[in-house]
Amino acid sequence: MTKVALKGLAGRKLRAALSALAIVLGVAMVSGTFVLTDTMNGAFDSIISQSYKNADVVISGKTAFETDSNGNTVQAPSFSETLLAKVKALPDVQAAAGSLTDAKTRLVGRDGKVVATGGAPSLGFSVEPHGDQRFNPLKLTSGTWPDGANQIAIDTGTAKSEHYAVGDTIGVQTQGPIEHFRIAGIVKLPGVSIGAATMSVFDIPTAQKLFHRLGQLDVIRVQSKSGVSTAKLVSEIKPILPPTVQARDVAAQEKQDKKSVNFTSFIKYFLLAFAGIALFVGSFVIANTLSITIAQRMREFATLRTLGATRRQILRAVVIEALVVGTLASVAGLFLGLGLAQGLNALFKAIGFDLPSTGTVFKTRTVIVSLIVGIVITLLASLRPALRATRVPPIAAVREGATLPRGRFARFTPVLSLITLILGVLLLGYGVLAHGLSTGNRLASLGGGILLLFFGVAANASLLVRPLASLLGWPATRIGGAAGVLARDNTMRNTKRTASTASALMIGLALVTLVAILGQGIRSSFESAVDQLLRSDYALTATDTFTPLSVAAERELAKAPNVTAIEGVRAGSARIFGSTRNLTAVDGSLPKVIHLTWKEGSNAIPGQLGNDGAFVDHKFAKKHHLGIGSLLQLETPTRQVLVVHVKGVFKLPNGGSPFGEVTISHQLFDANFRDPQNEMVFVNTRGGVTDANTRTLEQQVKGFADAKIQTESQFKKNFEKPLNKILILLYVLLLLSVIVSLFGIINTLVLTVFERTREIGMLRAVGMTRRQTRSMIRHESIVTSLIGGALGIAVGFFLALLVTRATSSEGIVFAVPWVTLVLFVIATILVGIIAAIFPARRAARLNVLEALQYE
Amino acid sequence: MSEAAAAAAPVEEPHSGAVVSARDLTRRYGEGETAVDALRGVSLDVPKGQLTAVMGPSGSGKSTLMHILAGLDKPTSGEVTIAGTNISKLNDSDLTKLRRQHIGFIFQFFNLLPMLTAEENVLLPLSIAGEKPEKKWVEQLLSQIGLTDRRTHRPAELSGGQQQRVAIGRALVSKPTIVFADEPTGNLDSTTSGEILDLMRSSVDAYGQTTVMVTHEARAAAIADRVLFLDDGLIVKELGRADPHEVITVMESLSAS
Repeated sequence: MTKVALKGLAGRKLRAALSALAIVLGVAMVSGTFVLTDTMNGAFDSIISQSYKNADVVISGKTAFETDSNGNTVQAPSFSETLLAKVKALPDVQAAAGSLTDAKTRLVGRDGKVVATGGAPSLGFSVEPHGDQRFNPLKLTSGTWPDGANQIAIDTGTAKSEHYAVGDTIGVQTQGPIEHFRIAGIVKLPGVSIGAATMSVFDIPTAQKLFHRLGQLDVIRVQSKSGVSTAKLVSEIKPILPPTVQARDVAAQEKQDKKSVNFTSFIKYFLLAFAGIALFVGSFVIANTLSITIAQRMREFATLRTLGATRRQILRAVVIEALVVGTLASVAGLFLGLGLAQGLNALFKAIGFDLPSTGTVFKTRTVIVSLIVGIVITLLASLRPALRATRVPPIAAVREGATLPRGRFARFTPVLSLITLILGVLLLGYGVLAHGLSTGNRLASLGGGILLLFFGVAANASLLVRPLASLLGWPATRIGGAAGVLARDNTMRNTKRTASTASALMIGLALVTLVAILGQGIRSSFESAVDQLLRSDYALTATDTFTPLSVAAERELAKAPNVTAIEGVRAGSARIFGSTRNLTAVDGSLPKVIHLTWKEGSNAIPGQLGNDGAFVDHKFAKKHHLGIGSLLQLETPTRQVLVVHVKGVFKLPNGGSPFGEVTISHQLFDANFRDPQNEMVFVNTRGGVTDANTRTLEQQVKGFADAKIQTESQFKKNFEKPLNKILILLYVLLLLSVIVSLFGIINTLVLTVFERTREIGMLRAVGMTRRQTRSMIRHESIVTSLIGGALGIAVGFFLALLVTRATSSEGIVFAVPWVTLVLFVIATILVGIIAAIFPARRAARLNVLEALQYE
Repeated sequence: MSEAAAAAAPVEEPHSGAVVSARDLTRRYGEGETAVDALRGVSLDVPKGQLTAVMGPSGSGKSTLMHILAGLDKPTSGEVTIAGTNISKLNDSDLTKLRRQHIGFIFQFFNLLPMLTAEENVLLPLSIAGEKPEKKWVEQLLSQIGLTDRRTHRPAELSGGQQQRVAIGRALVSKPTIVFADEPTGNLDSTTSGEILDLMRSSVDAYGQTTVMVTHEARAAAIADRVLFLDDGLIVKELGRADPHEVITVMESLSAS
């Protein structure tokens, strides 16, 4: 029987390949995700371990927390360079070298703007040009190590993209205005690309001056004498360290550094979620394709039954076929994933998120997980059709047009479908609206709810096929004439089949619609928040809008003659009530540029914060039961503890706030945070927004390559850019599942054409042209897609309503992007047209005579 | 044979020498006013080693009778015994085992599996049952059906007659107690029909293969040891060995009535 199953499969290569495609893409996404994130991790690991080349112990400043609330590494406090000599004097130290590191040393490109890093660090390092370089991870590709106050070395990536060579002059933006350096050398980390990050290298005195760390060091790398254990060396070093400095062995330091690249695991799970969606859609397609082929092979199964095959043998034969298809598809997907990883990387690059990379990392885990996932999903999807196949009665071997008998539970199917749908809706409603659910429970009920909803809609969709096909097929009957009418009627012939084919597309469309509506909601709440909050004429932000700006730019801008009010919003992180929170700082001009609604306090508060005052947002106040007079302890990254009183509580505006949970004064912030930075600066000018004012302000900050003057509308647009990029990313990733459902439509059409061979022959014999035949299949495909699209957009609307209802307190409104939805409908029609190309051609090419004799 | 099958032993001793017997078979399709009685009380015994033909005009119930005798369909009332087992009460898996052991089928449309070669099709019942073919027997069978040199051909590469030969080989390969043939020549031209009928007759003569054949062709019925005439759900006439003319005469008398 196994042989029969395998031979049967070999005899239906095209159909097998078509159904396999449905799984290939999902598996490719799984394997591509693993390859991509493993490669990123490999690159980070390699960068991190190279950074501590030849070092046994690393000495660095202690921080209160290693990463801030946005996941960025916190700059550790520096320490006096006198420590280096003490370390070198220790008996078991073979060698020790001090260096400086900085993540905000921005290089200026040929266009006078800072080189964009898309959130990656702009690294600054020090080297000792005359030392033995044993600890130096960098390699010179040309030139020499920078030596002296005006020399720099830059990374190969920047040199290439900005066309810089040894001997050129390049601008560097750190704390103050741009400073210029001569490029002495070009450097790289061997064997690994650093992605969008940039590197600038200086000698130690230059770095100390540039980073404002005169006489200080950030790191000392220590190598032990041979035969000395690392633990012994650490215990020798510890007694001579000041209290704010720590010594770690290299393994511990690397482990710590790797924590800061944890976001690769977020990327992994994020992408795997989309792989899951594609596989889910793929399972629909597989199940549907198998159901159709099984209906077409009833005679074969019945004959096998008359020859003595048991039901179990039939079940096994179908499952073996699925197993083979699943295995081949998974293997193909596994390798396609290698290519897809490149594609995903290119996608990330395109939205400005270029991550380090190294040689492709293809782990055994990738192989195992991809294969298991692909095979198990195919098997699960095949189970129901396989069980149906076992119900084929032997008498079908002799009877024309026998139909599959309904299963024992078939009469419960409509009720079960309805219950599934209702359960899905209830579970979703519970997950979205219930109060006080733990995150895990909420996610579980949301996930389960969405799954059940999709199953429920798919199971009930056959009831909607007739009305939807009449409605959506109307244009086809107008455009396609007789072929169009036949096409529309064909979609109604087997409503179950049309429903399950359309349902696969429904899933993709529902998610795309959800994303579009939520995106529009976030956008409009953000805009209304800006309208409500912003009172200033201009805003100054970094060129990429989100990187903080040195306060020097604000000071420079304040000198402009036309400025009537200026307010920089400082941004940092502090540990408050045990977790790392966003901390902002303002001064008394705030009410002139930002309109806040105070729950407690007034517009006078920002000017009265002084050295011990703070204001908080109302949610934070509510969560921690804060009111005027409450005490707050803030621990800065450099482990200073600030005690402040709550002086005001403002109402957190819907759609986003420029402030952290806690806001203190500039005075207190600048005294306790190293290198204070503004997330944005708001400016009022005499006469408001005019071209002359714009020019004056731009001229004033010309020395700051990372600063950009914006009007309110530019400000909005720039802030929406990242959102738009995220939307594009989501659309592209969801496109994958739409493509899978497109394969589903192709499958159904190919099988349908195959099944209707005699009928198509008859139509051709009575005068249907090839062109009309093609048009008939095409319209059938479009009507099927449109049914999927209509169901999907409806489900997407429903999901979006639920989500916006749940997040109404966050201010995400329900806003419908009509233009986008129209584009989705057009895309749906395109899916139908594309899916029909191949099956329509097959149908049109049928030989009339042979088709008529076909049985 | 399972205990369940053994427990379903015949209530009435079959006619001695009969491998298949039926008692008072009725079969009603549909319900209420639209109900159709395909069989209205048919009893018969198929003697061992004979070729029995069931004749009748279309709609006479002959196909229904064969489906019920072969266990493909269940009678509304009445009982069928095959090789001593009352099949009316067997469940699906016991019925499947019975088919493996005792029944061979020949279909009007051949029902070969297109992806298997001629030889593989012939051997299919054995491989389904997980039995090893006896090489000598297979060779003898292939040469008898005249396909020794076409054993590696697939059905699509064979003519209709050759395909039916493969189907006959497939029906005989497990040496079943009884072979049921459903209009075996219904889809063949007259020359080929003659060859197929000769092959069927010779299998009865050479191996004593008990065979029941449903047909509406007088020429086919004429190779039978016994011809049963069915009309309107009842056996109306029975002939021994008859020539085509006698068969046609009976048939005409049936259509006239």
